[in-house]
Amino acid sequence: MSDHITEIIVFAVLFLLVSGMGFVAARWRAPKDMAHLDEWGLGGRSFGGWITWFLIGGDLYTAYTFVAVPALIFGAGAAGFFAVPYTVVIYPMFFLVLIRLWSVSHRHGFVTPADFVRTRFGSPTLALLVAITGIVATMPYIALQLIGIESVLKTMGVTGDSMIARHLPIIIAFAILAAYTYQSGLRAPALIAFVKDTLIYIVIIVAVLYLPYKLGGWGSIFDAADKKFQASAAPGDGIILNANNQVQYITLAVGSALALFLYPHSITGILASKNRNVIKRNMSALPAYSLLLGLIALLGYMAISAGVKPLPGTKVGSLDSNTVVPLLFDQQFPSWFAGVAFAAIGIGALVPAAIMSIAAANLFTRNIYKEYIKPDATNAQEASVSKIASLVVKLGAVAFIVFLDPQFSIDLQLIGGVVILQTGPAVALGLYTRWMHRGALIAGWAAGMALALWMLWDIPNAATKRAHFGGSAFPLKDFGFDTPKTIYVGFVAVAVNLLVAVIVTVILRAAKTPDGIDGTTPDDYFADEGDARLEKSRVTPAAVTSST
Amino acid sequence: MAEPVATPPPAARTDRSPWNWLLVIPIVLPLLVPIYNHVAPRLNGFPLFYWLQLAFIFVGVATTTLVYRMTARPATPVDSAAPAAAPAAEDSDE
Repeated sequence: MSDHITEIIVFAVLFLLVSGMGFVAARWRAPKDMAHLDEWGLGGRSFGGWITWFLIGGDLYTAYTFVAVPALIFGAGAAGFFAVPYTVVIYPMFFLVLIRLWSVSHRHGFVTPADFVRTRFGSPTLALLVAITGIVATMPYIALQLIGIESVLKTMGVTGDSMIARHLPIIIAFAILAAYTYQSGLRAPALIAFVKDTLIYIVIIVAVLYLPYKLGGWGSIFDAADKKFQASAAPGDGIILNANNQVQYITLAVGSALALFLYPHSITGILASKNRNVIKRNMSALPAYSLLLGLIALLGYMAISAGVKPLPGTKVGSLDSNTVVPLLFDQQFPSWFAGVAFAAIGIGALVPAAIMSIAAANLFTRNIYKEYIKPDATNAQEASVSKIASLVVKLGAVAFIVFLDPQFSIDLQLIGGVVILQTGPAVALGLYTRWMHRGALIAGWAAGMALALWMLWDIPNAATKRAHFGGSAFPLKDFGFDTPKTIYVGFVAVAVNLLVAVIVTVILRAAKTPDGIDGTTPDDYFADEGDARLEKSRVTPAAVTSST
Repeated sequence: MAEPVATPPPAARTDRSPWNWLLVIPIVLPLLVPIYNHVAPRLNGFPLFYWLQLAFIFVGVATTTLVYRMTARPATPVDSAAPAAAPAAEDSDE
């Protein structure tokens, strides 16, 4: 432990500094009245371009991403680089979609994607499904942020062997996070994101300039990786793609891109911005993070070239590949700089964890508590329920890590990305068309979910010797095709979801099944800052909320 | 390309623009695996697979920026005939 003392001190100082900022954030751009979900949960819906850039950047590109993507590249090579096309296609894809979502939410005061679905399709049931899907997909994502912090703590040697000692630092870190999120709401991660991202950018720029110089240039880094993959027995690895994983590569990139802006925490970041132009400009500014992620991904090859050996995992004989990047910094840089890098990853976990817990809490408050438990809840009650729910969500995430095998969280997050995609037809297509019937959207959701879970269950993983939930690459031969090619599960599941939704819509329309009332007007989708809000009045009267 | 809906004042708004079609480029380009799935030519040691995909990021930035510039709404709706300085407001932050 003593040889890591400098790293630990630098890490602790930066961590405490940021925690202080988290508490002070309540007074930053302070509202007249914090007891309102628009303030606690959306930072007053007032963030301009810079804050939004840091906030969404810190939200989408999480600590876990920064640790797991290079780990994937380290293990499998080119297939792990899907993170780059993924984060290239996402912004042009959502450029026009998100401004519509922002406008209609601004007009109606929506806080969650499920709020929109409820008003658009007049269906609390469909909204409930969207809300539950969102919460289920978000919980393991928060747990993964803990894995990100843990990989750093493990490298610094501050985690003991007993169950308590192994998790104590994480529990303390999350308790602090929970306290300032409770107090400051979305303002806390927004303010912390400035520090986190500044640290990350500095660390990565230094790393990609210095490490290639030290390791003999980019050419020899790629050559070392190539040599490793040539020598390995695994069929899927290599520094470029092979014939069998290309379909998987692009379907995973597109599927992940479609999923990302359906996650409640991404939508929280979007709705917190003050107008449409802030969002549009960010669609061109956020790719700076994609470049960063691309460079971080290549740290995986630098680790190969530098001869990094991952630390052992929790199970005997297994390796924790998430420790690859922390170890690279530990071995190649002076300890004070490694401390800064570790702090960047540690703090980098706090920002998305805070936003995710806020988003999940808002879903609970708006679409479960207010819808089914206390329909006459005041604004202040909504805010206090959300604050408490955010604590419960974080407690749940810690429990995931402490009591369950971390692999379980990774599996759940994999499932989470696939299941959140199933809300796409209602949330994203719903912004453009009301053609689909609410009952059909529910049927499509159910079909997509069932298929996705079966496909994920069916996938084995040879490397980890697991029979089920071994990844997201589904072998097409299991559908009866005579080919070794694989495809991303989420892509297939959402296609089936859509198909079912279309067919059932045609049937329900033919049967003249009541379709609920659309509480939005075409002009709502173009509203901008300065346009009047339909303040808090529920557009759909309670009477029309029928059984669907 | 005209928006069919004619809602009451302030004139029917729309996001439609021929410029939006440019957004298709950065969506399709990264999906064409055969154009970048090669080692040669290398650039500064980077195999084509890596440097070309990183270059796509800049294609994305260029197109979204261009589309934003060409479709940016004046700060106030067109009919209010605001003074010429209106579009400049979009760059000010906070």
